[in-house]
Amino acid sequence: MSDVLSRRSVLTGAANVVGAAGLLGAPSRLWAQGAKPITVGFIYAATRNDYGWNQAHAVAARRIAQLPGVKLIEQERVPETAEVERVMESMIQLDGAKALFPTSFGFWPFIQKIAPKYPDVLFVHAGGLWKEGDPKNTIGYRGYMEEPHYLCGIAAAMMSKTGKLGFIGSKPLYFIFNNCNGFTLGARAVRPDATVQVVITGDWDNPVKEAETVNALVDQGVDVIVANVDSPKVAVETAERRGIMSCGYHTDLSALAPKGFLTGAEWNWAKGGDFVKAWQTGGTYPNLYRGGFRQEMVALSPFGKAVPQNVQDTVLKARQGFIDDTLKLYKGPLKDNKGTQVLAAGQEISNTDNGFKLNVKWLVEGAIGSTGLQ
Amino acid sequence: MTGGLDLGWWGVLLAIVAGAIRVSTPYLLVSLGETLTERSGRVNIGLEGTLVLGAMSAFATSYLTGSPWLGLLAAGLAGAALGLLHALICNLPRVNDIAVGIALFIFGIGLAFYLGKPFIEPRAPMLPGIPLGSFSTYPAIRSAFDVSPLFFIGIALAVALEWGIKNTRWGLILRMAGESADAARAIGRSVERIRTLATMAGGFLAGVGGGFLSLYYPGNWNEGLSSGQGLMAIALVIFARWSPMRCFYASLLFGGASAIGPAVQTVGITEGYYLFYAAPYVLTLALLIYSSSPNQALAGAPNELSISR
Amino acid sequence: MRLPSDSVESLLLSLAALALAAILFGAFVALQGLDPLAVYWTLYLGAFGTRFSIESTLTQAAPLLLTALCTLIPARVGLLVIGGEGAVVLGGLGAVLAGTALAGVPASLGTILTIAAGALAGGLWIAAAGALKHWRGVNETIATLLMNYIAIALLNHLITGPIRDFSQTLKAQSWSIPSSFMIGNIPGWSVHWGLVIGVIACAALHILLRHTTLGFSFDVLGGNRRAAQMAGLPIGRLLLLACFLGGAGAGMAGAIEVVAVHGAASESLVIGLGYTGILIAFLARQNALAVIAVALLLGGISASGGLLQRRFDMPHAATTVLQGLIFLCVLASSALAGRLKPRRSVA
Repeated sequence: MSDVLSRRSVLTGAANVVGAAGLLGAPSRLWAQGAKPITVGFIYAATRNDYGWNQAHAVAARRIAQLPGVKLIEQERVPETAEVERVMESMIQLDGAKALFPTSFGFWPFIQKIAPKYPDVLFVHAGGLWKEGDPKNTIGYRGYMEEPHYLCGIAAAMMSKTGKLGFIGSKPLYFIFNNCNGFTLGARAVRPDATVQVVITGDWDNPVKEAETVNALVDQGVDVIVANVDSPKVAVETAERRGIMSCGYHTDLSALAPKGFLTGAEWNWAKGGDFVKAWQTGGTYPNLYRGGFRQEMVALSPFGKAVPQNVQDTVLKARQGFIDDTLKLYKGPLKDNKGTQVLAAGQEISNTDNGFKLNVKWLVEGAIGSTGLQ
Repeated sequence: MTGGLDLGWWGVLLAIVAGAIRVSTPYLLVSLGETLTERSGRVNIGLEGTLVLGAMSAFATSYLTGSPWLGLLAAGLAGAALGLLHALICNLPRVNDIAVGIALFIFGIGLAFYLGKPFIEPRAPMLPGIPLGSFSTYPAIRSAFDVSPLFFIGIALAVALEWGIKNTRWGLILRMAGESADAARAIGRSVERIRTLATMAGGFLAGVGGGFLSLYYPGNWNEGLSSGQGLMAIALVIFARWSPMRCFYASLLFGGASAIGPAVQTVGITEGYYLFYAAPYVLTLALLIYSSSPNQALAGAPNELSISR
Repeated sequence: MRLPSDSVESLLLSLAALALAAILFGAFVALQGLDPLAVYWTLYLGAFGTRFSIESTLTQAAPLLLTALCTLIPARVGLLVIGGEGAVVLGGLGAVLAGTALAGVPASLGTILTIAAGALAGGLWIAAAGALKHWRGVNETIATLLMNYIAIALLNHLITGPIRDFSQTLKAQSWSIPSSFMIGNIPGWSVHWGLVIGVIACAALHILLRHTTLGFSFDVLGGNRRAAQMAGLPIGRLLLLACFLGGAGAGMAGAIEVVAVHGAASESLVIGLGYTGILIAFLARQNALAVIAVALLLGGISASGGLLQRRFDMPHAATTVLQGLIFLCVLASSALAGRLKPRRSVA
């Protein structure tokens, strides 16, 4: 039960000294003087204690609630339909919210529609889709998850006995493809004959399908999986029961798989607090904030017990490569899994090339599956 | 750790067989329960709500007490309670049992989600499985045949109910309530009481079926747990023509069909996976069309059943 | 299953049922340590308390007026159809296919044809179930239930493949209809014209069902099939027509979702409009005019759900529990209906 208690305490915002210290530091006193009271609204597509996507945001929400002058209101189970427009307007009109965090990816078009109506409200979206011409009171921020997936791929390939890895994706969208590519490239960087079996479930959240998929993958000889679904809890627990290894996603899932957990790709949504502070005090803020390890927008889960030192070292070395920007994820020569040359030898894509990543509609060589978009 | 084995299409077959065993159990339990209910002359379409409430109760009880078996018991009792509610309202004159079923579906799910929110995150002790496949060195086969005791309980129940309905006194009374309420009353039986007990039993089984979902496979509680298994089980009963043993075969069929979607993707068929996911529903509709006839309404249906008129 | 729908008694019973449900919900809430009066005040606030709330309620109610018809009209001929969800999806798909095919057509005509195409698609879908019932004896409740799932799978398949708009990277979405075909808001209000279409449809159906020969034929068939046969009514045609009209209603709701809200088909069509429609039809006791009032009530409950979450930290399922309680109470109250007058038995 201790893992539950510790998670509960995170959610109640009790002790998160590391994050807070890193975030606030010295300038906090200045802000406390200039900060107007502000109601911040968080909107979740599912429930916020889902051990996954929404929980990662709820953790950030509680950190933001600790900032001076901030009152937090939350609403869950808001579907990715026009309903979220109503919810946003309701928070603005009935609760006086001045900063909104509609956390689900598909909320973006609705944000684009509502934001011009309320120029005194800040809309922060967890998706890197902002571009010139979009409303100035909106922010798109999102970590480049493909980087920690690359690291998971390294760990997975080094630990796998069969060399067959599995990637479970929710929907055929660009960030799923990028994460899959990252996972595959990391794996093949240490083990050139590793393969990644890709299955798309079609739903953000469908526990029975996810469990069935894990079972089907294991039956095919896969011995490490990573699940890009809203709540990877089921997939990781099923993997553990089948006796294979797993990598986590969104938050730290190591407690769910004591034997088989390797490491995981985690978000670091703490930047949201900076945006709220800027809005409160009239400061400046970026409209698009994306980054990987270098910009501290993503993190790596602690290693599981099964991971030996040499694997950890290789992974951490690669992570340092991302931090120093010496390691490029997409570099030539690179072919996709249909044989087309995507990057020529010597070509390199910057790790912060958002445009390139938004347009990824293919899977790299070594990934067995299809995006459906080619 | 596994010794990997690339099974290719054999893997798909194995996944379907494993799916048939795994996924069929909740279908089996719910359909057996609904068979009892419908044989007594009532339709309970609210079993989806009962299933979800059962799943939540099982998980919560297992988490709070540490015993998954107590969790199953709680699930059954919760299901029986909803069954009782269904029966009591339907016993009133002029009440349409299908509408009550829909109401309970909404109420059951609402209650389950409402009370179950604190239990989404924690992990609860799971039901153990019986490792029947331990004869094999292939982990894939071992896992496919790691079967929950509920599966066997379900089979045993199916056999017992099939025999019991045909050959015992209570089976006869049950059937009378379903075939001709007047005849049952004529021999001094309270039709309402029979139907109440049958609906409660049906609810109990459906609740336990839900407990299987949350405490064994997929072994989790959250709001996306059931994708309509309770409703499917209703269709299953009709297509099994109210025979418990046929419910068993039909459940295996449905379980296997549900596994086709994920399984074929692992051998590289990536187009049209949504259509594969629709397979069980199309199958049921096709079989329903095949087995229905305009003259008899539904062959083998208990006469008193509102849907057979 | 058609309940006596045209008496003051019926209205009083419905109100009594609502009152009972309100008391039960209040008790449920009190058990959690919340103040029932505060909760009900917030419900009112979120549903009717401010102009924004009223607009939210009307927006929620608009499609429900039409999806309720999918259960209501077949119920008049004795069928229990729960396929509204599937018909809405088919309506949305039909609207998209027609809208994109009719791209060069002048705006108003294009809008009308697009909505009509959606209505047609939904109507044919449910009529198919009616045909299966009449000519094959397939139970319509189960058939339409299964068809809901099939429709959703079809939608998902189409919007991720054959009719997908690949320029939309955010979510799987179909091709968009020409923007000139979209319908806007009622002047001065943030509610689209679909609301007016829904009200007109309910009123028109009410007249059809109560004051025309066709409506009377439906009543006869719904009351006693044998009598209808002996009277020489064309049973098959009546069943098909009732199913078609019901499906057309829900299909129109789906088309309006495309034409007034989204502009394209996506999983945003699958939000329970059909299932709530079933609830409304029963609460309105299969009376098309009462549907308007009931849709407003349920729309109001849905609209205020968010406020309940934010103010009291109640799980979102609170409104589902309330809806379930209302439904159960209304059904139980139907047992008291007709105590004064002998009525034919239901079911």
